[in-house]
Amino acid sequence: MSDTEPARQTDPPPQRRLTAAAVLVALVGLMLLAGVGASLRAAELPALTGRVVDNANLLSAESQSAIESKLKSLEEKSGIQLVVATVTSLGGEAIEPYANKLFRAWRLGEKTKNNGVLLLVAPTEHKARIEVGYGLEGTLTDALSKLIITNALVPHFKAKDFQGGIEHGVDDIISVLSTDAAEWQKRPDLQKARQENSGFGVLLPFIIVFGVVILIIYMRRKARSGGARSGGMVFIPTGRWGSNRGGGSGGSDSGNSGFSGGGGSSGGGGASGDW
Amino acid sequence: MFSNLSRFRAASAAVIMGLALSGCGYNHIPTLEEQAKASWSEVQNQYQRRADLIPNLVNTVQGYAKQEKDVLTSVIEARAKATSVHIDASSLTDPDKVKQFADAQNQLSGALGRLIAVSENYPDLKSNQNFLALQSQLEGTENRIAVARRDYIENVRAFNTSLRTFPDVIWQTLVFHSKPLAEFTATQGADAPPQVKF
Repeated sequence: MSDTEPARQTDPPPQRRLTAAAVLVALVGLMLLAGVGASLRAAELPALTGRVVDNANLLSAESQSAIESKLKSLEEKSGIQLVVATVTSLGGEAIEPYANKLFRAWRLGEKTKNNGVLLLVAPTEHKARIEVGYGLEGTLTDALSKLIITNALVPHFKAKDFQGGIEHGVDDIISVLSTDAAEWQKRPDLQKARQENSGFGVLLPFIIVFGVVILIIYMRRKARSGGARSGGMVFIPTGRWGSNRGGGSGGSDSGNSGFSGGGGSSGGGGASGDW
Repeated sequence: MFSNLSRFRAASAAVIMGLALSGCGYNHIPTLEEQAKASWSEVQNQYQRRADLIPNLVNTVQGYAKQEKDVLTSVIEARAKATSVHIDASSLTDPDKVKQFADAQNQLSGALGRLIAVSENYPDLKSNQNFLALQSQLEGTENRIAVARRDYIENVRAFNTSLRTFPDVIWQTLVFHSKPLAEFTATQGADAPPQVKF
């Protein structure tokens, strides 16, 4: 017993170190694999190309642009980002987790308010879902979402009239979102806050320039006491500070052509239905 | 002048040290831990939301289906049991407690499933507006639970992984000695919400 003990004591460490290294390698490998898997899965989600992402080709060009302009005016009025998406396939997933992933990937709604809504239609699977961001769960409740799906979407979808269903659904969602008094009363403040924001944005360069001028004067005074003379070259950066930062979707750059999510998230609010 | 300069040096040294500490990942473990704990409170929050819906649901079903006493009482009992199990964030490291919580909630899910199944037999109940609204709320809540659970599982995985992987493992062994958080084993598949068919 006593003479085998030392051997047993010296033997395990290298072995253990080996297994530890193997575990480490395995962990790193797993992480890499997980990373690759995640990026692959992210690649499966459609890209946010606009307010209407009609990958399943359910809408005519006129209808699509009509819906887009409605959605645009909704965002301009209320800051709410409503996006319509149609997909050819859910990739074998249930529509609820898929809609949630898509919503989060697209980051709909303003970051601080999470006021995004996603209307997702999957004609192949015969499923539709309204996914509501955290901030709108009190306005567009699960019960209301369900009503919109059963009353506006499903009857049309049953008759293969996807365009009509989506148009009605969008109208209903917008009317729910815009008739809620509490949500609507906040809007003037929101507009004001944005204006104030942009007001500061306009002032900021002047403040910076003013600071720089003061600094230069101060430095020149110091330099003059030392006898040195510096040229009067002053570079004033003229960025696009004063340009209109409308939209203001949580710091995202929502120009005229490009549309992107504002950083909002969803916790699975809304409802789904099938036909 | 000189004291001014040394004070400036001290201040900048403090700033640089702070930056260096956060730069080399000192903040990483606590951040992940807080994230995981916050997502746990969301899980509990959503389960609570479901529990809050149940009295109303039971009352509505009772009005139409009094004879289903067994099912109704089993829901009430399961709800009472589920709401009595509460886990605060500090005991999340205890897998038994988390399992206890999950079991109680799963039992409630089962009882609710049976209640919904029997309500299929009552056409009046199925067309009741109040019941329909409750149904969509329940569906929505089940979905929120699924999302919250998935977030928690994801955050716990990130936290537990960071405790055992480079470079965070250095801070873990030197400073934090945090315990890994318990996984929340979802029996019904964390990805798909349980289908509540009415």
